[in-house]
Amino acid sequence: MKIFRIFIILLLITNFSELKSDEKSDILKNKILKNIRCLICQGQSVYDSESEFASSIKLIVDKKINEGAKEDSIYSFLIEKYGDWIVYEPQLNKNTYILWLLPLLLFLLGGAIIVKKIQKKNE
Amino acid sequence: MKKNITILITGVVLSFCFIILYKGLNNPNTYVPKTSIKKDIPIFNAVDFFSRKTVSSDEIFKDNTYYIVNIWASWCVPCRVEHPLLMQLNENHSVKLIGLNYRDSFNNAKKFIDEFGNPYSRILIDKDGTLGVEFGAFGVPETFLIDRNKKIIKKFIGPIDQEAVNKIKLMIK
Amino acid sequence: MLANQIGYYSLILGLLFSFLLCTIAIQDFNKVNKKLNANIIILTFLQLTFVIVSFFSLILSFINSDFSNETVFNNSHTTKPLFYKISGTWGNHEGSLLLWLLVLTLFIFLFLLKSNSQPKKYRILTLLFQQIIIIGFFLFVLTTSNPFNYLFPIPKEGLGLNPILQDPALAIHPPILYLGYVGASIIFSASLAAVAQNYISKEWAQHIKKWVLISWIFLSLGIMLGSIWAYYELGWGGFWFWDPVENVSLMPWLSLTALLHCIAVLERRATLTSWVVVLSITTFTLSMCGTFLVRSGLLNSVHTFANDPARGIFILIFLFVLIILSLGIFFIFHKDNNGNQNNFFWLSRETSILINNWFMMYFLSVVLIGTVYPIFLDVISSEKISVGPPFYHKLIAPFLIPFLLFMALGPRLKWIKSKIEKKYSIFIIFIISIILTFFIIKNLTTNILFYTLLLSAAFFLFFTTLKELLTKKLNNSSQTIAHFGFSLLILSILFNGILSSEVITNMKIGEKFKFGKEEIFFKKIEERRESNFNSIVAFFEIKDLEGNVVELEPEIRVYNQPLMVTSEADIKTTLLEDKFIVMNLVKGNEYFNVRYQSKPFMVWIWISVFLLGLGGTIGLFKTRT
Repeated sequence: MKIFRIFIILLLITNFSELKSDEKSDILKNKILKNIRCLICQGQSVYDSESEFASSIKLIVDKKINEGAKEDSIYSFLIEKYGDWIVYEPQLNKNTYILWLLPLLLFLLGGAIIVKKIQKKNE
Repeated sequence: MKKNITILITGVVLSFCFIILYKGLNNPNTYVPKTSIKKDIPIFNAVDFFSRKTVSSDEIFKDNTYYIVNIWASWCVPCRVEHPLLMQLNENHSVKLIGLNYRDSFNNAKKFIDEFGNPYSRILIDKDGTLGVEFGAFGVPETFLIDRNKKIIKKFIGPIDQEAVNKIKLMIK
Repeated sequence: MLANQIGYYSLILGLLFSFLLCTIAIQDFNKVNKKLNANIIILTFLQLTFVIVSFFSLILSFINSDFSNETVFNNSHTTKPLFYKISGTWGNHEGSLLLWLLVLTLFIFLFLLKSNSQPKKYRILTLLFQQIIIIGFFLFVLTTSNPFNYLFPIPKEGLGLNPILQDPALAIHPPILYLGYVGASIIFSASLAAVAQNYISKEWAQHIKKWVLISWIFLSLGIMLGSIWAYYELGWGGFWFWDPVENVSLMPWLSLTALLHCIAVLERRATLTSWVVVLSITTFTLSMCGTFLVRSGLLNSVHTFANDPARGIFILIFLFVLIILSLGIFFIFHKDNNGNQNNFFWLSRETSILINNWFMMYFLSVVLIGTVYPIFLDVISSEKISVGPPFYHKLIAPFLIPFLLFMALGPRLKWIKSKIEKKYSIFIIFIISIILTFFIIKNLTTNILFYTLLLSAAFFLFFTTLKELLTKKLNNSSQTIAHFGFSLLILSILFNGILSSEVITNMKIGEKFKFGKEEIFFKKIEERRESNFNSIVAFFEIKDLEGNVVELEPEIRVYNQPLMVTSEADIKTTLLEDKFIVMNLVKGNEYFNVRYQSKPFMVWIWISVFLLGLGGTIGLFKTRT
């Protein structure tokens, strides 16, 4: 019963979650800006930075979104200009296969070791 | 046997990591984009500094000659340092200089040119820095060398020095 | 002046005591007496005292603003408040290394004091291994990073402490973090000693568990303090940026958490011995590796220490000496006792802990590879890439779903062998979690399936642990509270991520800005003066639809030493949400750049880490029957 009561309370507070859907392009813009790294203040994203470079990039991204450019094409535009370093999310290519796949391989390997351990000991 | 293999693999992995990390110590940890990649010049429209007319990139780079694109601003101190060198480069007839006036006010920029001389055959206005982004610049000053095939062949980040000028002269011969 | 000399010579004496201790310990090792030579503990205590003296003389130099000391000159200033003069002691490379030494010597002293019931040879070996680490750090400090370098002529004024380091959370962050981070050294030394003595056993597990818990609690709290600092001070409204320096503290935490769970198995079953040793070695190696990455300047991060290649080479070599030493001992001495009692039944608590370790190691590998891969790629191919938040989110978030489910079910299983119980309550909780999640995120536009799964898994763990807390007698309270804290942590992070809203805009004084259901009003600004900075304080009012007004006062500070402009966010915290506002100057304009964020459940992130720590603390004081 206790759980049931908590359940009701939580249902009541779900009114929080009404999201404004008219700001969809803003959300996309922010997402893109947060994924671009600032070349002037190198620890920050363009979104967080106030530098002149960052403000130019913000304008460019804004313009591209209004022109209807896709997220990926904006990234490839910037990568072509500044190199792979500019995006926080590394693209999957020959330089990054190991980066993306090695953790997953290790996960599979770990799973195999555990299964083997349990089976062997149960024989 | 199995143990030996494990030891061997661990040893190899460890030495590998050691060598990489040791070498990595000498690498700079701040990022600067590559300066010598062949790239096409970007396609853009820009406003001319004096005539206030919109010109296209095709029109700007129409001559069969080398071009130097220099990003500058009157408020940028290193730009003053490199300015005499740009004037010197302008005396060379196999190259045309295009100035990109970065985030500047017309009056200040005009004053700057009147005072130190105008090495540019044409100046474009880059009010919000977006034109600089088209060239892959991230600050002032930056200088780009464009060959006869309309490719960017060299990029200088920060003020150019005599060594850079010599290099440019060698490349445009 | 005098403090400088005292500090320096105390360090040298401390180093000499290391050698003395090693000699006496080796002699005592072969003697037949059962008890540890009493002099050893006294000498360890004296060594600790010397390090403390050295540490306090540096603090004293900082308090007195003695600029004949180079470290003080570089990191302090007369106009700084006393609190930050003191915290400046460990806010720099040299001083923080003294803190390292302090923790290293403190832990070995406490260890010897508290391990009376343990075999003599094991204690001596632990001491020896710890002394190797201590000697390494003494040499490191004395040769490359002497905190007591003398400056002449004596400067009149210091260069000052970086303003973003002048923050209360950051002042206590290093000591707490180091207690965990460096405290892991004792686990490293003890496990090597235990391997050499073939003493990895149930008894050893019970005895070392306390040390694992202590490190774990401090490391958790230390990481949280760092995160609180980032939230309050950096002005970006985030609390975790997957910055290399943050990752470096997270890695030992993941490994330590895995070890903590494994020790519980070893404590009961005397199995998984090799794995426990490997984890013990890994944890401290990761701490060292992190120190290397941060101090050598190899990583590009927001918080870098001033760097010097000699330091990098020293730690790198020392790190590999420790790794080779520990692996050598492991391979030579370790015997994997394949007794018959090691059966793992697929449905048992042991298996669930193995699964926990499996996921922990996966998370660790993601963070480790993500952090060092750019370095490797750069050296091998000169290609430069960035690995940032999206990478970690993509590789970690999906795996949290099964992880949370296992975490909810695992502790319900019995040791050795368990049966599938027909408990409808679990099933009901599961259904409730899914329905609840569905109602909460039905308005969300993207990734509904993924968030439903992730949130329901988190709710499932939340409800199962909550039920346990409320109904069962608290026989395993430490674990339940910690797990409950973890579910709360994941839930608050998720809700915070999904429901946060923010806006960046330019505003003049007197302007109003409508943002969603709220209205931001920029009332006025005021100028203030403090001893170490001048500031512009802005007054904002946030009004919601019902007319409730919240007042916020962000600042722009101009610090005088060193000259630096910082933005201080103002944050109003309530149980349901944080309102966060920060402003920046815009060059040559009369308006300010204003960033406003509403961040739901922010405070619960801190609360849940405290719950984790509380769970650990209860575990520390509870004696197992």
